[in-house]
Amino acid sequence: MQEIALSARNLSVHYGDKPAVKNISLDFASKEVTALIGPSGCGKSTFLRSLNRMNDLIPGAKITGQILIGDEDINNPATDVVSLRQRIGMVWQRPNPFHKSIYENIAFGPRYHGIKSKKKLDEIVEESLRKAALWDETKDRLHKSALALSGGQQQRLCIARSIAVKPDIILMDEPASALDPVSTAKIEELIAELKKDYSIIIVTHNMHQAARVSQKTAFFLNGEVVEYDQTVNMFSNPQKQETNDYISGRFG
Amino acid sequence: MKAKTADKIATAAIVVVAGLIIAILVGMLGFILVRGLGHISFHFLTSAPETIRKGGGIGPQLFNSLFLLVLTMVITIPLGLGAGIYMSEYAKPNKLTDFIRLVVEVLSSFPSIVVGLFGLLVIVNLFGFGFSLFSGALALTVFNLPLMVRITEQGLKSVPREQKEASLALGISKWKTITSVMLPYALPVILTGTILAAGRVFGEAAALLFTAGMSSPRLDFTDWNPLSPVSPLNPFRPAETLAVHIWKVNSEGLAPDASEIAAGASAVLIITVLLFNLAARWLGRLVYRKFTATK
Repeated sequence: MQEIALSARNLSVHYGDKPAVKNISLDFASKEVTALIGPSGCGKSTFLRSLNRMNDLIPGAKITGQILIGDEDINNPATDVVSLRQRIGMVWQRPNPFHKSIYENIAFGPRYHGIKSKKKLDEIVEESLRKAALWDETKDRLHKSALALSGGQQQRLCIARSIAVKPDIILMDEPASALDPVSTAKIEELIAELKKDYSIIIVTHNMHQAARVSQKTAFFLNGEVVEYDQTVNMFSNPQKQETNDYISGRFG
Repeated sequence: MKAKTADKIATAAIVVVAGLIIAILVGMLGFILVRGLGHISFHFLTSAPETIRKGGGIGPQLFNSLFLLVLTMVITIPLGLGAGIYMSEYAKPNKLTDFIRLVVEVLSSFPSIVVGLFGLLVIVNLFGFGFSLFSGALALTVFNLPLMVRITEQGLKSVPREQKEASLALGISKWKTITSVMLPYALPVILTGTILAAGRVFGEAAALLFTAGMSSPRLDFTDWNPLSPVSPLNPFRPAETLAVHIWKVNSEGLAPDASEIAAGASAVLIITVLLFNLAARWLGRLVYRKFTATK
């Protein structure tokens, strides 16, 4: 029996009257990579953004159902969203470093969460950059603008930034789709490394990427989960016709 | 061929219009500067005006303009930032906020003489602040506040959603996200708005005639106690600003060199506005660089 990091129970998301995610229940295993695949507009990003309550920011979005961490339902209006989000990190499709120095990008979160000592912050910055495989490239210019980094480096910086606040879960929304193949390979290596310490849920358009990095895969179609299985099984022996069609490139 | 001709005509027309605007601008600036520069001297900038004799200066008026600017911005900036942040980040989009936005727009297009008379009735008489710098600053706030609110709101709205979300996703509170991520990002926009708002303080005359007053008491520039009635720092004394002075000298000046004084004062006003703009932009860039670590 695997440890569960997070579960969605009957989760639905509506934008106005339009349902984007329909009644999804999924369990995400701890210290594993789960890939969410499916064609554009199938609701996988919306689903992902619900998991750290990011959809609260979208006017007109209505989220029903439960999201459980242990016994705690984080979709409860009474949940402290701010401290919840510290436990669930997020990485976006386009790298979005703050317009600050590399050092400040990473120190910003931990400092807000109460770490004031310069020495401790220096350690966190170094550790986070090392974990994101970015330390060697940036250690000589920590106080230069993060915007001077390349796209791939910026994306790894964003990963470093999110692990600096020590989350349990990291949500990634197509983290490599705006990057070149070399940077993509580096991000994938990094994901494989990170799953030792974190539970990762990754949305991806790229089925090869899902096959390479994930242990489990969920196939989304029209706001529903068609199939959810071990990645190996899913790609070698899909149970549903739609999954087979999508994986073999017949649509999407 | 036809599309090409149309393109050529359009390009020529646009160049002519742009040239015309530049010509008007250069002409006006040149006219004011050529007429006024010759009259500017250290004595002119520092001494008090004369009523009947020749050789008066604009020292107190120049000081009043600068002091009024500071006072007005001290009131306008916190209020404008606060309201702008509210409108952009906290207000729910509904009929009420749309109405507030409309009222703000209307407020900014009020004729300044109306604001001046309103100031006279309410601020000067009803609240009893009298003809004073403080009354003037409040009247000018009526103009500047809408601009400041709108600019702050626009500045914050221009911050990419991903920047805001990145901060929130780290478990950072909304308020800290606004102050540490969004406001620095929006700073260049907000700064431009602040400069525009400040420029109006220098240039405004009509709203000040009945609020800050048309006279300046004898100021003692050695007395820096803000409570003393002859101290230049006292915000509750009447104060004629440079723009009001130009108007007054031109319309009812008795000094034989009244027109030279008006010309000199106009040149000083323009140069001050220019210097202020440059300084504010330089300061803004400095702050922005410090926040963002960009070179």
